[in-house]
Amino acid sequence: MSTTTTTKRPPAPDSRTPSKAAQLLGDRRLPVLVTAGLFLAMYVAGLSRYQNYGFGEAQVFMNLFIDNGYLLVAAVGVTFVILSGGIDLSVGSVIGFTTMFTAWLVERQGLPILVVIPMALAVGAFGGFLMGYVIHNFEIQPFIVTLAGLFLFRGLCLVISKESISIGDSSVSSMAGAQVNLGAGFLSIGAIVALVVLAVAFYVLHYTRFGRRVYAVGGNEQSAMLMGLPQGGTKIAVYTISGFCSALAGLLFTLYIQSGDPLHATGMELDAIAAVVIGGTLLTGGSGYVIGTLFGVLVLGLIKSIIQFEGTLSSWWTKIATGVLLCAFILIQRAMTARKKT
Amino acid sequence: MTTTPRWRALTHHNLFWPVVVLVVLLLVNVPFTPDFFSIRMTNGHLHGSLVSIVLFGSPLILVAVGMTLVIATGGIDLSVGAVVAITGALTCSYISDQSDQSALSGVFFAIGIGLLAAVVCGLWNGFLVARMGIQPIIATLIIMVAGRGVAQLVTDGQIITINSEPYKLIGGGYWLTLPFSIFVVAAVVAVTVVLTRKTALGLLVESVGGNAEASRLVGIRSRRIKIMVYVFCALCAGIAGLMISSNTSAADGNNAGLWIELDAILAVVIGGTSLLGGRFSIGGTVIGALVIQTLTTTIYTIGVPTQTNLVFKAAVVIVVCLLQSPKFRAKAFGGRFGNKPGAKGGTGQPAVAPAQTAKTTEAAPKMEVS
Amino acid sequence: MAEPQPVLEMTGIVKEFPGVRALSGVDFRLFPGEIHALMGENGAGKSTLIKVLTGVYSLDDGTITLDGQPVQIDSPLQAQQAGISTVYQEVNLCPNLSVAENIFIGREPTRFGRIQWNRMRKEAAELVDRLGLDIDVTAPLSSYPLAVQQLVAIVRSVGTGDSDGAGAGTKVLVLDEPTSSLDRDEVLELFRLMRQLRDEGVAILFVSHFLDQIYEICDRMTVLRNGTLVGEHMVSELDQVGLIQLMIGKALDQLEELHDHQLRSDVGETLVKADGLGRTGGIAPFDLEIKKGEVVGLAGLLGSGRTELARLLFGADQPDSGKVSIGGKQVSMSAPNDAIGAGVAFCSENRKSEGLVPDLTVRENIILALQAARGWTRPIPASQRDELVAKYIKALDIRPANPEARVGQLSGGNQQKVLLARWLITQPKLLILDEPTRGIDVGAKTEIQKLVVSLSEDGMSVLYIAAELEEVLRLSHTIGVLRDRKLVAQIANGPEITPSRILETIASGEHQ
Repeated sequence: MSTTTTTKRPPAPDSRTPSKAAQLLGDRRLPVLVTAGLFLAMYVAGLSRYQNYGFGEAQVFMNLFIDNGYLLVAAVGVTFVILSGGIDLSVGSVIGFTTMFTAWLVERQGLPILVVIPMALAVGAFGGFLMGYVIHNFEIQPFIVTLAGLFLFRGLCLVISKESISIGDSSVSSMAGAQVNLGAGFLSIGAIVALVVLAVAFYVLHYTRFGRRVYAVGGNEQSAMLMGLPQGGTKIAVYTISGFCSALAGLLFTLYIQSGDPLHATGMELDAIAAVVIGGTLLTGGSGYVIGTLFGVLVLGLIKSIIQFEGTLSSWWTKIATGVLLCAFILIQRAMTARKKT
Repeated sequence: MTTTPRWRALTHHNLFWPVVVLVVLLLVNVPFTPDFFSIRMTNGHLHGSLVSIVLFGSPLILVAVGMTLVIATGGIDLSVGAVVAITGALTCSYISDQSDQSALSGVFFAIGIGLLAAVVCGLWNGFLVARMGIQPIIATLIIMVAGRGVAQLVTDGQIITINSEPYKLIGGGYWLTLPFSIFVVAAVVAVTVVLTRKTALGLLVESVGGNAEASRLVGIRSRRIKIMVYVFCALCAGIAGLMISSNTSAADGNNAGLWIELDAILAVVIGGTSLLGGRFSIGGTVIGALVIQTLTTTIYTIGVPTQTNLVFKAAVVIVVCLLQSPKFRAKAFGGRFGNKPGAKGGTGQPAVAPAQTAKTTEAAPKMEVS
Repeated sequence: MAEPQPVLEMTGIVKEFPGVRALSGVDFRLFPGEIHALMGENGAGKSTLIKVLTGVYSLDDGTITLDGQPVQIDSPLQAQQAGISTVYQEVNLCPNLSVAENIFIGREPTRFGRIQWNRMRKEAAELVDRLGLDIDVTAPLSSYPLAVQQLVAIVRSVGTGDSDGAGAGTKVLVLDEPTSSLDRDEVLELFRLMRQLRDEGVAILFVSHFLDQIYEICDRMTVLRNGTLVGEHMVSELDQVGLIQLMIGKALDQLEELHDHQLRSDVGETLVKADGLGRTGGIAPFDLEIKKGEVVGLAGLLGSGRTELARLLFGADQPDSGKVSIGGKQVSMSAPNDAIGAGVAFCSENRKSEGLVPDLTVRENIILALQAARGWTRPIPASQRDELVAKYIKALDIRPANPEARVGQLSGGNQQKVLLARWLITQPKLLILDEPTRGIDVGAKTEIQKLVVSLSEDGMSVLYIAAELEEVLRLSHTIGVLRDRKLVAQIANGPEITPSRILETIASGEHQ
C-alpha cells in the first residue's frame, strides 16, 4: 500500500524560536484572554450604562453564577468531550430527563431527595458511558450517536410524563432556598456546586494523567495510540463525564426551577457548546481551558443580564448575540489554526 | 439455493431495505386501523391515512432532499431548522403588513423575500465551508444558534397569524383533489432529480464526497459545487418554511422547524446515503422521510402514547447506524459483511495504514510505504 | 573474539495479506551500538518488517528474540515496553502539548496521582540537554519545525522506561524515513544525535531513500526484495552500484513482444519546458524539455523525487521556484486545473487515494475528467458518453467490460486502465504516468506499455515513471535520472544505453 499526502508542506522555518507576534498568536491562552477581556469590557459597559439601576451591586455579579450554575456544570462536561475531539448533543435532553426523573421519584414515588440524587447521577453517567462505548467500539461518528442520545432521553422524559411535575418536597425547597453568605452577597447551593465542579475539572485536566490523555487524544488520536496511550478508554471516559455533568446540571436545574418538565433545557446543548467555543476551546479538539468555559458561560449570562437591564431588548437578542460571538470565535480559531499549519 | 437472480438483484437494490421498512410500518397499522389504506373523497378532497402521511411529511421530505446533496459532498447542514423559521417569519410578517393579505403580487413578493433570505443563509454556510475551510458541522452551527433569534426578531417574539387565501394554498390547500403541498414536493423532487441526474452535478457531487483528493486532481472545482449544494439545501429548507407557516397560517420563530435538521439527517441515513459522503439517493431520502412520518403516525394509531415517538426514533438511529458501521457488522455477522483491511486491495496490501489517518500527515510530505 | 550477541534477532518472519505474501521467511539481525540500514524498493517488505517489529502487524510465522529471549509483540505499547521504539516520518506526537509533555505523556511523574509539572519539566530539560539539544521543553510542540519535532520523538523514545524503572531504556530505535523532508543542517543534527545514541549502545534501524545518507551514517545494511532477504552487508564492503543491483534485482524480461519495436525517431518541436522548477522538500529545481510525441522516462529509486517532479508539472503541488511553459505559453501551475487546461493529464501512482472514486461506476470514473472540464451544466450527452466509454473499454480491454461495475471492485490492472481511459478521452498533449504498471499483472503491463508506444506515435508526449529500468529504457526517447531528490542527468536513449549504465548514473549521481 502506498499513500501520498498531498497537503502543502510547510516551508522550512528559518528560525527555531518563533517571533514575539507569532508566539502571541500561537499562544493557546490567547482565546481565553480574549474572552476574559470581552467579559470585563461588557461588565464595565454594563456598569456605566445601568449604574443607577443597581448593576454595580455585588449580588448582580453573584447572580451570574446562581442563574447559570447548571449551564456551567453542563459546559464543563462538554469541555471534556470537545477537548477530546468529540461532540455531545445529548446534554440538553439529559438535563431535561434528570429534572423529570427527579421530580417523578420525589413527588410521585415519595423517595427522599438524598436517595434520588445518586440515582440520577448514575443514570446520566451510564447514558454517557453507553454513548462513548458505541462511539469507540463501532466507530460511529459522535455526532450521530449523541443525536440518538438526544432523542432517547427526551423521549424518556415524555414517557415519564407529558405534564410538568412541580416539586413541593420540603427538603428540596430548603436545599433550593439555602444561601451561602459571602458578605457582599450570597450564592446558592447550585452556584457553589458549579464552582466546585469547575475546580475539580481544572485539577483533573491539568494535574492528572487522565486529563493530559484527553488533550493528547484530542490533539492527535492516532499518535496517542501509537504512543501507547489507552485512547479508547479515554474517549469512553469523557462521554461518561459529560453524561455525569449533564445529570448534575439537571439536578441543579431542578433545584433552580423546582419542577420537572419534559421540555426543560431544550436546546441547552447548543448553549453549552457555544459557551465552550466562546471560551476558546477548539472544536477540533486538543486545545482549550476549562477556565475559558467559565468565561464563556459568564459572557452568555451577562448578555442575558444586560438584556434584562436594558428592558427594551427582547430575549431573542441573546440567541443572535450568541450566534455572532460564536461566529467571531470560530473565525478566530480558524485564523489561529491556519497560522500554525503554514 | 432458491434465490433467483432476479430476487437477488431486487434485494441488492439500494432502495430495497428502506422500502421494506416503510411497507412493514404501513402494514403494522392495519390491525389497529382496518381502513388504513382506504382513501375517501370528501368535499372534493381526498382523505385518508396515506394522504395525510404524505401531507404531514412534506416539509421533512423537502429539507431531507436538500440535506442529501450536502451530505453527499461529505458535509452536513445543521442550520436548516433555523432557515425554516426565518423564511416563515419573513414571509408571514411581510404578508401581515399588507392591507390586502390575499393580493397575489404581495404574496409572491413575500415568498420571494423569504426564499432570498434562505439563499443568503445557504451562501453564508457555503462560504464558511468551501472558502474558509471550516468543518461543516461547526460552520452551520452558527446559523443554527443565531437563526432562531433572527426569526424571533422578525416576528417580534410573537406568533404572527395571517389570513391569506393564496398563501394558505401552499401548505394547507387542495388542488386537483390532492393537497397542494404534494405537488410542491413532487416538483422540488423532480427538479432535484433533473438537476442532479440530467446535468453532471450529481456525478461531481458524488465524486467530491467520494474522494476529495482524486476530485481535485481531476480538475473538479469542488468549492463551487459545495457552495451550490449549501444554497440548494437552504432553498429547500426555505420552501419547507413556507409550507409549514402556510399550513398553520402563522409564523412561529421559536418552534417552526424545531428538530427538523435531525429528522432530515435521519431520513437521509435511512435512505441509504452514507454520512461520509459519496453516492446519494434522492429516492431513498424521500422514502426515509416517509418512514419517519409513518413511524409518527403509526405510534399514534396503534395507541402507544405519542410521547414514545422520540424513543423509537432513537432506536431507529442506533439500529441504522450500527448496520452501517463496518466494525459492528464485522463483530455481529463475522467477516461476511465486514470490510476487512486488505480484503479489497487490488495489490493485496492493507488498505489502511495507521499513519494514514494521522493529522500530522498534513505537515508531512509524501510518504511511500513499501 | 566471539561474535557479539545481537540485541534483536528476527528469524523466518512470514507475513501474509490476502492475495500477497509480504514477507516470506525473512531473517534480520541488529547488534547493539550499530546503525543499520534497511533497504528495498517498493513492495520489498521494509515497512511490513518494521510494522511487525513494532507490533502494528502480528506475524504469521517466525520468531523475534530480544537479548536472546523470545518475545511476542502484539501492540505498539508492548514493543515500547520491550525496549523497541519507533519514530515515523510523520512524527506521531501531539502537537498541541508541550515538548516536555510529549516526552513524558503516559508516564508523567506523579505524586498521589498529581502530576509533578516542575519535576517533569526539569527531567525533560535534563534529558534534552544530555542529548545535546537546544529545545525549550515548555513550548508547545507545534511551535517547532518538523525536524525538531522528530528530534523530540527520538528523545521521547530514548526516555521510555527510565522513569518507571521498568525497562532498561530503549534497546532498539527504529527511524522510519525521518530525513525525507529535512534540510541538510537538520539532517546533520539528527545524525549527530544518532551517533551519540549509537555510542551509548542503542541499536538503530534506519530507513532512508537517500543513498548518500546511508553511506554517511550506517554501519551495516540489510537488503530486501519482494519480501525476501537478498543480502546483509557491511556498508563499507558494498558499493552503490552493487547495492542498487541488489535492490532492483535482475528483472526477467517477460515483454518480448516489444523487443523489436523501434522508437519513433522524429519527435516534434518542444511542447513542455520547465525552467528551474522546484519545491523545497520535494525536488531541487530542475530544467526539463519534453517534445511533441516524445516519451520521457524517469529513472531513480523509490523516493528519489520521481513523483515529486511529476506532481509539479501537473500543479498537484505548488512549485516555489521556476516556471513552466506548455506549447510556448507560460502556465501558472497553481492548481491541477491550470495544467489540465493546458492539456496535461496525470495518472497518480496511488490509484485508490488519488485516482479513482471507488463508489462510482467504471463509466462515471472514465468520464470524470472530461466532465470536470466541461463543468456541471454541460453533461456529456448520454449517447456520446456511452459510445466513448464503450470505445475505451474495448480499446483498453477493461474487464469486466461492464460500464456499470463499481470501480472499487476491479482488479488493479483494470483500475489502472480506467484511469488511463479517463485521461485519454480528454485527448491530452502530455500524459504523465506515475508507475502505471505497479501492482498489476504481466498481461496488463504489456498492454499499457504498448499503448504508450502507440500514443507517442500518434504525437502525444508522455512522461513515464517506472520502478523497473528495463521498462523505462524500452519506452523512452529520453531518460531523466533522479537521485536524492535531484534530476541529475538527462540521457538520450540509444543502443549503447543499458540498464547498468543507468544504474551507474543513479549510483554516482553523474552521467559519463
